[in-house]
Amino acid sequence: MLEIAVEKHLGDFTIDANIACETTGIVALFGRSGAGKTSLINMLAGLLRPDSGRIAVNGTTLFDSSAGIDLLPERRRLGYVFQEGRLFPHMTVRANLHYGLRRVPPSERAIGPDQVVALLGLDGCLGRRPHHLSGGEKQRVALGRALLANPRLLLMDEPLASLDQPRKDEVLPFIERLRDELAIPIVYVSHSMPEIVRLADTMVLVSDGRVEAVGAVDDLTSRLDLRPLTGRYEAGAVIQARVAGHDRDFGLTELAFAGGRLRVPHVSLPVGTHLRLRIRARDVALALEVPRRSSILNAIPAVVRDIGTEEGPQVDLRLEAGGAAFWARITRRSLIDLGLQPGTAVTALIKAVAIDRYSLGRGAGPGRFLGDGA
Amino acid sequence: MPTLTPLETEALRLSLRVALWSVATSLPVGLLVAWLLARRDFIGKTLLNGLVHLPLVLPPVVVGYLLLVLFGREGPLGRLLFSLFGISLPFTWQGAALAAAVMAFPLMVRAMRLSLETVDRRLEAAARTLGARPVAVFATITLPLMAPGIVVGAVLAFARSLGEFGATITFAANIPGETRTLPIALYTLIQSPGGESAALRLTIISVVVSLAALAASEVLARRLRTRIEG
Repeated sequence: MLEIAVEKHLGDFTIDANIACETTGIVALFGRSGAGKTSLINMLAGLLRPDSGRIAVNGTTLFDSSAGIDLLPERRRLGYVFQEGRLFPHMTVRANLHYGLRRVPPSERAIGPDQVVALLGLDGCLGRRPHHLSGGEKQRVALGRALLANPRLLLMDEPLASLDQPRKDEVLPFIERLRDELAIPIVYVSHSMPEIVRLADTMVLVSDGRVEAVGAVDDLTSRLDLRPLTGRYEAGAVIQARVAGHDRDFGLTELAFAGGRLRVPHVSLPVGTHLRLRIRARDVALALEVPRRSSILNAIPAVVRDIGTEEGPQVDLRLEAGGAAFWARITRRSLIDLGLQPGTAVTALIKAVAIDRYSLGRGAGPGRFLGDGA
Repeated sequence: MPTLTPLETEALRLSLRVALWSVATSLPVGLLVAWLLARRDFIGKTLLNGLVHLPLVLPPVVVGYLLLVLFGREGPLGRLLFSLFGISLPFTWQGAALAAAVMAFPLMVRAMRLSLETVDRRLEAAARTLGARPVAVFATITLPLMAPGIVVGAVLAFARSLGEFGATITFAANIPGETRTLPIALYTLIQSPGGESAALRLTIISVVVSLAALAASEVLARRLRTRIEG
């Protein structure tokens, strides 16, 4: 359980934030640059002192202005992965990794260097210095260093923001492995929706120093009122599904979700695996009748629930199919021609499905980290 | 290899001893002052900064005279030192080391303060989140990262101490074997008729020692920098 209720004045900027959520999996703090995300986790880490309020992680109070509690950063046991890595330049990778570990009493070490080196693929660079590492390697070492301090919670401040796309793709799977194999709770700051959808379970929407919403990623991305904050870019909905079967003749996989079945190019996962899909609004077309001869495999009966009020030639519609919500982006002209209203039954023709997470429901083992359940 | 005369050997050894002691004793104080000036805000900071830099702008003779006033038999600090430890600094080589240390102090503090200001405080914050207490952070992060600046500051102070003349001769006088360092021996030779060739020899010795110190610091600082930057 993560509880934050703090107030802080930074010049003209005021942070007045309230967060209370479970710390299972990854909690993402999402917001534009300058929204106050980094200040929030700096307050969590003890690097920035709130003017007033209370911060607690899994029942341990880290800060409470009314009770006069303000734990020093070194006593909070929160691992922090910074955007710029912040590796110690005068130490080898090995010394960097051991910096936090040797300050943890042996009896409290749930995770050791061999495990971390294997998990993050750091074998080849232990003897090197940070200056000789690539950007991706640096962030992996920073991850390992924070992990080896055996924290009760891992904080990540835009750990991928300073990397180019290939390096991002290199580091992302490692973050997923931390989440799935170590079951360590993570607070992940980002302004990138694709990253959050891929990684996070819970999302905290931060805007202008305030928390606008806290909830499951699937719920928040499908809410029309939050669209100004979540953004129209890559607008789409996140849907839980599971592998229902494979069609080997055509190389297709059938996925079952609340609204029906989707056929997608082959996914090599066993039947029954839970996963998370993203259906982008621009990949969904609407028809009033089921087209009889069409190249589109996925025709899902749905009902129009909401119609966006955006200006411009295109409009986003929120659809519901068997309880699952997703979006369609059509032209305003089509909206008028088809006479679509909230409540109209339509057929959603889905051209493509992006698979964001293969690993839902895996790895949620018993707590192996300090503070879990304690 | 040309051999040194006993007088030259004596002056050289004395100079080295005075300069080494001057640097060794002022190093911890310099570090503390550099840290205060770079990292802390307190009442009297401007005053401290001014005091530290005073020897840079005052005539050395004035500094030597002030030391005499403070540390002389009748001076407040001199009386205290004598009654507590039976120590009297004027006209001793320790007094020469003190005079040299005071004169070299601003150079040392400036170099250390500059290097401390370039240490990335975000690295120190990172070390705190990894469980290190402030003292441990200073020892494992701050100090190693500012090491090149400490070396530069120490070498500057060493060179300044070797060459110190005005404050030393005022406070510690010109006593053969006790306070007659290289520059003072050189001055004495120039003052006496027929001392030109001996003075030239001392000049060469001074140049060689200073160059050696500079070269040594260059090598050391480069090695430390490679350690930091990989």
